[in-house]
Amino acid sequence: MSLAVGDKIIFKIQRFSSDADKKEHYEDYEVEYRKDGMMILDGLNQIRWEQDGTLSYRRSCREGVCGSDGMNINGINMVSCMTHISDLKSSVITIRPLPGFPIVKDLVCDMTDFFNKYYVVKPYLIEKTPPPGEERLQSIEDRNKLNGIYECILCACCSSSCPSYWADPDYLGPSALINAARFVLDSRDEGKDERLDILNDKHGVWRCHTIMNCIPACPKELNPTKAIAELQQTIVSRKY
Amino acid sequence: MADIPLKIHEADVVIVGSGGAGLSAAVQTGLAHLKTVVISEVFPTRSHTVSAQGGINAALANMDEDYWIWHMYDTVKGSDYVGDQDAIEYYTKNAPSTIYMLEHWGMPFSRTKEGRIYQRAFGGQTRNFGETLAHRSCAVADRSGHSLLHTLFERTLRSDIAPYVSYFSEYYALDMIRDDSGHVIGVVSWNMVDGGINIFFGKAVIFATGGNTRNYRTNTNAHINTGDGWSIAMRAGIPIEDPEYVQFHPTGIYTVGNLITEGVRGEGGYLLNSEGERFMKKYAPHVLDLASRDVVSRGMAQEIREGKGVGSKKDHMLLKLDHLGHDFIMDKLPGIWELAYKFTGIDCTKDPIPVEPTAHYHMGGIPTNRFAQVVIPDGDNPEKPVPGFYAAGECACVSLHGSNRLGCNSLLDLVVTGTQAGRQASKWILENDIELPTPPVEYLADKTAGGTIKKIQNLFDSEGSVRMDEILEKLRDSMSTNMGVFRTEDSIKRQLDVLADLRKKYKKVGIQDKGLSFNLDLIETLELGSLLDISLIGTAAALNRTESRGAHYRDDYPERNDKEWLEHTLTFLNNDKVDIKYKPVRMKPLTAPTFQPKKRVY
Repeated sequence: MSLAVGDKIIFKIQRFSSDADKKEHYEDYEVEYRKDGMMILDGLNQIRWEQDGTLSYRRSCREGVCGSDGMNINGINMVSCMTHISDLKSSVITIRPLPGFPIVKDLVCDMTDFFNKYYVVKPYLIEKTPPPGEERLQSIEDRNKLNGIYECILCACCSSSCPSYWADPDYLGPSALINAARFVLDSRDEGKDERLDILNDKHGVWRCHTIMNCIPACPKELNPTKAIAELQQTIVSRKY
Repeated sequence: MADIPLKIHEADVVIVGSGGAGLSAAVQTGLAHLKTVVISEVFPTRSHTVSAQGGINAALANMDEDYWIWHMYDTVKGSDYVGDQDAIEYYTKNAPSTIYMLEHWGMPFSRTKEGRIYQRAFGGQTRNFGETLAHRSCAVADRSGHSLLHTLFERTLRSDIAPYVSYFSEYYALDMIRDDSGHVIGVVSWNMVDGGINIFFGKAVIFATGGNTRNYRTNTNAHINTGDGWSIAMRAGIPIEDPEYVQFHPTGIYTVGNLITEGVRGEGGYLLNSEGERFMKKYAPHVLDLASRDVVSRGMAQEIREGKGVGSKKDHMLLKLDHLGHDFIMDKLPGIWELAYKFTGIDCTKDPIPVEPTAHYHMGGIPTNRFAQVVIPDGDNPEKPVPGFYAAGECACVSLHGSNRLGCNSLLDLVVTGTQAGRQASKWILENDIELPTPPVEYLADKTAGGTIKKIQNLFDSEGSVRMDEILEKLRDSMSTNMGVFRTEDSIKRQLDVLADLRKKYKKVGIQDKGLSFNLDLIETLELGSLLDISLIGTAAALNRTESRGAHYRDDYPERNDKEWLEHTLTFLNNDKVDIKYKPVRMKPLTAPTFQPKKRVY
């Protein structure tokens, strides 16, 4: 179906509030398609500002770099601010919070466990030799190894789409692992061994079963599966 | 509605805001082993620093000869001579070491063939005091803000700092607390996740609350950029300096406002009007599209006035960059390719991007000196420090940017002033053995926190006859119409009338969500109050300033008037009344000769 300005679409939104002591349930809202290029976030704002002020979700930059607004839209994880309503090609759009996380309210999840796993991989440059008085040198080729990895916005769309992440509460998950790769693959980093020791674990890189849900889920079109594979290779080649 | 829960915390330093400035401060207070809490409306990597694209200025001379004194000259000239030259010297001089520090912390800069940090050209940046274009902006492709913010956050996670810095993410600041002698001793906040008032007492408070141009229809800012820091400071009797200077970025995407970096023009892109003409040659014959932002935005608005705008409404311009080539764009400008494609459907490797001048940045802010101490007038002293209070980044006004900021000077501002705030607050606490002045309990009953709690309780208890969105929509439209690139006495007075009306309506505003848990309705309603405050002081200050300087352009007073107006504005807000004072510009640098005001030509 194609949408014309003025058309009405239904947003079917999963609601939950601990205040109201209600079970999770869906509520339908009619959203007017007001301009071409309208995003899911524009629709959510329209509902909140004009129909129902009690609807809650996270959002900030509205341009796909802050990573606040990961949610499950018609069954696929994406950030609401970069998802065109018209691309979904459906008259009813079902919106749920990211799967696998405890719900705080409506589309807002508790991300504590997600960030704790990110902290575990030591997501910072580890230096052991003193830096020079100016910048460290890095070749264009070495710097380019970070492309497709350093752009991660920590939106959790990947981890929350991963069946292994749902099944194993201790699995670090694709997001933490691509952030580990960000430093393992950085020619300036001197902490590879200690980081790889953390990742070389049944709840680390070896829990990835290449289901590859994380790839279509990433709003930045990064490839966490590939990054995990590179970490696995680095760990194996380190030993032999 | 149940009673609002109340919780009290104590720390050495309370930092409000977790963007580049707040995190830079946290690094320093952490290194000083002071117990630091960072409270923020969002998780640190969601802060709006993340959206900056082009880069961060420093005279590294990686591409061609460069010196900080040239950077200083450009910044003073860009400020239209109301930047404070002592602060600008400190800031440009410390820029190179700041960049090396960030590189050492892991910031993934783009590189040159020699492996050095890649630098690109940007508006208003020249060599040899205006002679030729400089390449001074240190870039991470066009994701410099994302990389900077992540690098700073990562730095605070290292084991030398992590034990000293606690993050209270999704805590929304409501008010600050000053004791009887005026010391700033804490912050009252709202716990967004669970609901409830949380009071953070500290020996020093650092404000790093960021920008505030959500009061304009088309703006580059995030939803959270609503001026809460300014509004809180004004409620505590602190003035805001120079709020009339609002930067309009020349290239926000038409109608939606998302930023397209000036780096596009730095790399060779240019603007066209409806006749396909490179019109900037009329307004800046030497550097064309790389003039400073006020000049370019005014040029665009002038073309639109003359009927040379593009599209059916003739209300925007085109930014052409396809001649840079597909591979170059994908290597150096991948982020803006994505934004242009997502928001306009245009593939900018083939077609130009529709753009319009877009509200972007406030040059003004909470007045500070170059030590990031907040300073207020006291008798004959125009700049008396407020004990225990520091401010950094966009919410502060040192003033590094005067009436017009140069591109890529803001990321530098964040790190330099944030670092200063952290260092100076630490020094003050450690050297003076500062203790919290009285047991916090006494202040609980005090009217400061009490008034805040009452205000929140009222919102929950009352029905309210007006919805916030109705006021917000009118605010954004009217500010864009009356307080845009061009202003006149008539338009400014019209806006003061609109604001009086909207502020009256706001007193009857109500919230629909009466729950404690993640109540976005409450937050957006409070944010609207801040937006109304900052709009009012900016408009009032604009009425007084009967000259044109930097981003403040008066059609009825088109010339700069140094004789009467070479001074900073200080606006005080008392309920609905704005009091305006002025203070001198600090013209004397630390060691460099003063750059005397002269005609600004690009």
